[in-house]
Amino acid sequence: MAGYLIRRLSLMVLTLFGISVIIFVLLRIVPGNIADILFDAAGMVSAAEKHKLETELGLDKPIVVQYVDWIGGLARGDLGYTYVSERPAIEEILPRLPVSAKLAGLALMFAVLFGVPLGVVSAVRQDTALDYVLRVLSLSGLSLPSFWLGLLILMAFVQYLGWIPIYTEKPASLWDELLLLSIPAAAVGFRSSALVMRLTRSSMLEVLRQDYIRTARAKGASELAVNYDHALRNAVLPIITIIGIEAAFLVGGLIVTETVFNIPGVARFLVEAIRWRDYPVVQSLVMFIAVVVVVVNFLVDMAYIALDPRIKYHE
Amino acid sequence: MGRLAVAAAILVPVLMASQGALAQKQGGTLRFYHRDNPPTASIHEEATVSTVNPFMAVFNNLVLFDQTKPGNSLDTIVPDLAQSWSWSDDRKRVTFKLRQGVKWHDGKPFTSKDVGCTFDLLLGKAKDGLRLNPRQVWYHNVANVRLDGDFEVTVELKEPQPSFLALLASGYTPIYPCHASPREMRAKPIGTGPFKFVEFRRNEVVRLARNPDYWKKGRPYLDAIEVRIIPSRSTRILAFVSGEFDMTYDADIPIPLIKDVQSQAPQAICQLRPTGVYVNLLVNREAAPFNDPKLRQAMALAIDRKSFDDILGEGKLGISGAMQPPPEGAWGMPEEMLRTLPGYGQDVAKNLAQARAIMQELGYGPDKPLKLKVATRDIAIYRDPAVILIDQLKKIYIEGELDVVDTTIWHRKVARGDYSVGLNLTGLAVDDPDVNFVENYTCNSERNYNKYCNPEVEQLIAQQSKEADIAKRKAIVWQIERKLAEDVARPVIHFQRAATCWYPKVKRLVLHQNSIYNGARYEDVWLDK
Repeated sequence: MAGYLIRRLSLMVLTLFGISVIIFVLLRIVPGNIADILFDAAGMVSAAEKHKLETELGLDKPIVVQYVDWIGGLARGDLGYTYVSERPAIEEILPRLPVSAKLAGLALMFAVLFGVPLGVVSAVRQDTALDYVLRVLSLSGLSLPSFWLGLLILMAFVQYLGWIPIYTEKPASLWDELLLLSIPAAAVGFRSSALVMRLTRSSMLEVLRQDYIRTARAKGASELAVNYDHALRNAVLPIITIIGIEAAFLVGGLIVTETVFNIPGVARFLVEAIRWRDYPVVQSLVMFIAVVVVVVNFLVDMAYIALDPRIKYHE
Repeated sequence: MGRLAVAAAILVPVLMASQGALAQKQGGTLRFYHRDNPPTASIHEEATVSTVNPFMAVFNNLVLFDQTKPGNSLDTIVPDLAQSWSWSDDRKRVTFKLRQGVKWHDGKPFTSKDVGCTFDLLLGKAKDGLRLNPRQVWYHNVANVRLDGDFEVTVELKEPQPSFLALLASGYTPIYPCHASPREMRAKPIGTGPFKFVEFRRNEVVRLARNPDYWKKGRPYLDAIEVRIIPSRSTRILAFVSGEFDMTYDADIPIPLIKDVQSQAPQAICQLRPTGVYVNLLVNREAAPFNDPKLRQAMALAIDRKSFDDILGEGKLGISGAMQPPPEGAWGMPEEMLRTLPGYGQDVAKNLAQARAIMQELGYGPDKPLKLKVATRDIAIYRDPAVILIDQLKKIYIEGELDVVDTTIWHRKVARGDYSVGLNLTGLAVDDPDVNFVENYTCNSERNYNKYCNPEVEQLIAQQSKEADIAKRKAIVWQIERKLAEDVARPVIHFQRAATCWYPKVKRLVLHQNSIYNGARYEDVWLDK
């Protein structure tokens, strides 16, 4: 196991190195840099003046030197300065991380708390009216674009019901903040919950037809025990996998939701940074997301061992 | 736009102002939203109203367009940091007597040195200069700035320029302190204005707080201004109609949405006015076949401005030459004169017949159309008119294909002539020919993207700039307009309009009718909460 872990961790480092190179090169392939954007926005086209700014920002250095500067800084915990606000990138990123983390956490919680039980119910009550309703619900979750759903939710809760304000001020307490975030989190998590629900249903339907389930019923186990202790435990592996993948994909959902609900999180900040070609911010945030994805994948793999004793990772 | 609507547009702010004069209340926070992050907080380094609007209230100018009057003109310029000014007999020197006892927000005294430093920045003479200096061209006529003691400044001009004061009166021309570097001004601006900068958190908020030591006693009335940044239009309008804001961002409500806002917030007051931005056609004059003036003339004749107005602005947009149309615009041609310009006649069928005849003479026709790409920025307000333009060009045997250009490289692409036909938007901060003509139609201006250069027009531009008599100057301006239209310099399609909305509790909010760049001082605004 120790050997496997070492190999796995080495692969993670290699993956992150590959991502760092790809993001660095991709960003420079995209047309325009911050100097182009600033000059274009001002309607100025003087190449000499623009070159002065590029020199000031170090954008005229060879790309390899720029990469080494950045990765060296990253290794020392120095993310560099943002081109736009001219502040250390870490100062811009850190305050925004908790907001997005809370939103993503709530969304994932919503996805699991609704997706798994409703998926089980849907499987157990297969082809009943309840199953049809839940299947329509899950299909709508997969097909409704999140920006549209977000706007509908916003209109309902802000304009008609008046339950929440637009996120314009940091709430006074953590509880207030979680309450305020719960509605946008539901908008983000709805799609994930639909996916989890459908996968739970199909996985459960497969397990419910197994002999050991029939045996459990024959032994006189209660319906609850059969469904959750015997069936769900055996159906859970693909569900864990999809939850892991969804956790990684949540960032994409957060971009739209943070924009529609005006939440000052890190996903919206990333889009803004891409728009400005604010390389230090984009590179740092993409690397952070990459680390999250790699670590979540690793944790999912480890979770397999905990959940299914038959699985062994050989050295 | 009907006469009644125009009269209402002018009367509403005047009535609001007179109503406000009765019993101002001190205190409260004016809350409105912003549509985007200002690139930085430094007005001198930006060319967008996104920076001017939230930060103008931090500063003072030497002189300013009267914030209580709806029109910007030479007659509405009032003293600000300059208590008074006087012109020399040859109209080449203007001397400003500065206000004494004024302090910067960090407590340091304001003196003539600060004015000198500001001009050094604008003229590109400062050692630690501006990263971007988009309005350097405004000051091409400044020969020297002389400081006479701590409280007198004389600006010497190369040629007489009565409109020089209008440039100084713009929201784009605040006075910066000598003791703050451009970098500091981009992040934490220091001014002498009615509000102090508190914070600017990207994607979140710009906060300003009342300056208790403001030199204008009793002002400002507000305790603070809070500007929330909400890029999603649906979200910010929803926030406004649900009462989270006192007003919208200036000119943020497009014509098709005004009815929506008013139906959802019936108590809100919405005022439609010009934004100072005009949509125009760029033709690459140096590339064949567009180097043929006849082809450019045919393209100009194909523009049906009324259709643009009907489709994009429900018939409420402004049709004009290069200067803003009256009644809001101070220099635009009267309608009957405008109709005599090539391509502006109301008989569209006749214009099209003339254009088709030219095209046929050039060898084009239904079986042999001219194929081209219409380049424009990848932004809706650019794309929409470009699509209409392509449709209109079809009628004269020109088959256009939309070529959307990444917004980061648009101006560079146009400046290096890498296009045949382009659809462009041009913004005017000050409704004055010295800004519009000099920036966009003089041979050596950086913003003369299609490199139009006519020595005769150049001479007329210089001539109008020296003319102090408004009637005589207007005559020259209209002569220039005619030349620009005849030369198909940069055919103007229409001027944009948009609305600003606010709740009745916002008092003494006066919107300038011919600029959205010069009226965001907010020192006279108060809240009746």
